[in-house]
Amino acid sequence: MSLRDKSCVTGIGETVYMRGSTKTAFELQIEASLKAIADAGLSPKDIDGIIPIGIVSGTADDFIDNFGLPDLRFSAVVPHGGASPAMALQCAAAAVASGACNHVLITFGRNVSAAANKAGARIHGMPQFHFVTEFEYAMGAIAPAQLYAPMARRHMELYGTTVEQFGEVAVACREHALLNGNAVMKKPITLEDHRNSRMIADPFRLLDCSLESDGGAAVVVSASERAGDLRHRKVYISGVAEGHPDSPGSITQRPDMTSLGIAKAAPRAFQMAGVTPADIQVAEIYDCFTYAVIRQLEDIGFCAKGEGGPFVQGGRLKLGGALPTNTHGGLLSQAHVWGLNHIVELVRQLRGDAGPAQVKDAGLGLVTGYGDMGDGALAIMRRG
Amino acid sequence: MAHTATTPVAKPAPQTSELARPYWEAAAQGKLVLQSCGACGKVRHYPRLLCDACYSDAVTWLPSRAIGKIHSWTMAHHAFHPAFAAEVPYLLVTVDLDEGVRALGRWRGDAAMVIGLPVQGAFEAREGGVDLVFQAKG
Repeated sequence: MSLRDKSCVTGIGETVYMRGSTKTAFELQIEASLKAIADAGLSPKDIDGIIPIGIVSGTADDFIDNFGLPDLRFSAVVPHGGASPAMALQCAAAAVASGACNHVLITFGRNVSAAANKAGARIHGMPQFHFVTEFEYAMGAIAPAQLYAPMARRHMELYGTTVEQFGEVAVACREHALLNGNAVMKKPITLEDHRNSRMIADPFRLLDCSLESDGGAAVVVSASERAGDLRHRKVYISGVAEGHPDSPGSITQRPDMTSLGIAKAAPRAFQMAGVTPADIQVAEIYDCFTYAVIRQLEDIGFCAKGEGGPFVQGGRLKLGGALPTNTHGGLLSQAHVWGLNHIVELVRQLRGDAGPAQVKDAGLGLVTGYGDMGDGALAIMRRG
Repeated sequence: MAHTATTPVAKPAPQTSELARPYWEAAAQGKLVLQSCGACGKVRHYPRLLCDACYSDAVTWLPSRAIGKIHSWTMAHHAFHPAFAAEVPYLLVTVDLDEGVRALGRWRGDAAMVIGLPVQGAFEAREGGVDLVFQAKG
């Protein structure tokens, strides 16, 4: 059985994205969840499946308690950082296609404004980072920027990828964020601003790094036969897959440091959907760092390995370009909610509700996730 | 965070595992050892419970000469932990060891980085632990 078109994203919800929120992660998660459920035209008690993203805020039990869910029939945990939301789409699609449940809530909230919640402190409590914590942390390889930088440096050395090409990604995301009323970053940037931003972990400058921001986001995935009488036009999950890199727990030990898990997943998702990268009209690519976008574009098959740098030049990723990407501003300029905001934005695009950032006649799009040290997932969605 | 020069912060100590205890015991003596499958001999690093080639959990510890070549690197400019604020910028190098596995270490010296640069590693004592450090091989 294929999962092609067996499920739809029927509801989307987001809180205001900001820094310094006074709300807890769970409050933000609940707020986004209620919005997504209402957007679908459902009541909280209609939710019979749940995938809380990460276990940093609410658990399935917390949702049973707060929503008074009478009969939660499916719950799962997908512990792969920023790849979890896109992986959860596969998990939810499989759950509703099998008949285990009808409406799965995928939900996330975070408040990282406290120092103890910053990435450099946060990851060392996570079991999937235990190799880093034991062998690298004490020498000063602490935060994701430092762990991912050697991948980017090697890509630059092997393929000639440049600072300007990283900058193209940052500038495209910022231009899109300026069209989005719910984006943390509100000032335009140029390639020169990118080059002049302070170095964090060479080759990553400040403007290569995603935001640390607070907020919540949620989506509802429903069985396709249950989606027809809901509020919005159908947005089908046509192809979905996850993939894991070799040596997922240590980039240092990875045989090919420039390859990510999504390289394994992408052919499966395209085959399921029956389309090719050339058919994709809008892309929401997980952008924890600018380099990660370039690398994923290659791994997905939009261009050949090593050609991701030239591919992003000339405004290709901007609205009006050949592959409008991160039309909401991405993690780089809208907000960091582990990429659930990327899924929300793709649904908005395919409904035709993306406002000033709308890609004209968008009927087929793609969203990716990237988690921990290179776990990957993607979903190809189409307008019904 | 408001850390100043008058309130020094300790570096994080290595959070050692029981599985890697022989590695850290050797490191404390200044020696690099690598886990090697007791059944088929395949070298693996970082230490793991099973050999992924033959699934044996038998282990021997192989002395390494800590010789290899530069695979990649990053210069840290931002101190993500206050204990490193006085050390930035510092260079972290990823090294292809001759045994076929990699190591991450701190760089000592001023050689220009290039993939394939021959390097020699050693352990360097510091408060609360040891650092694996590499320099250009003479």
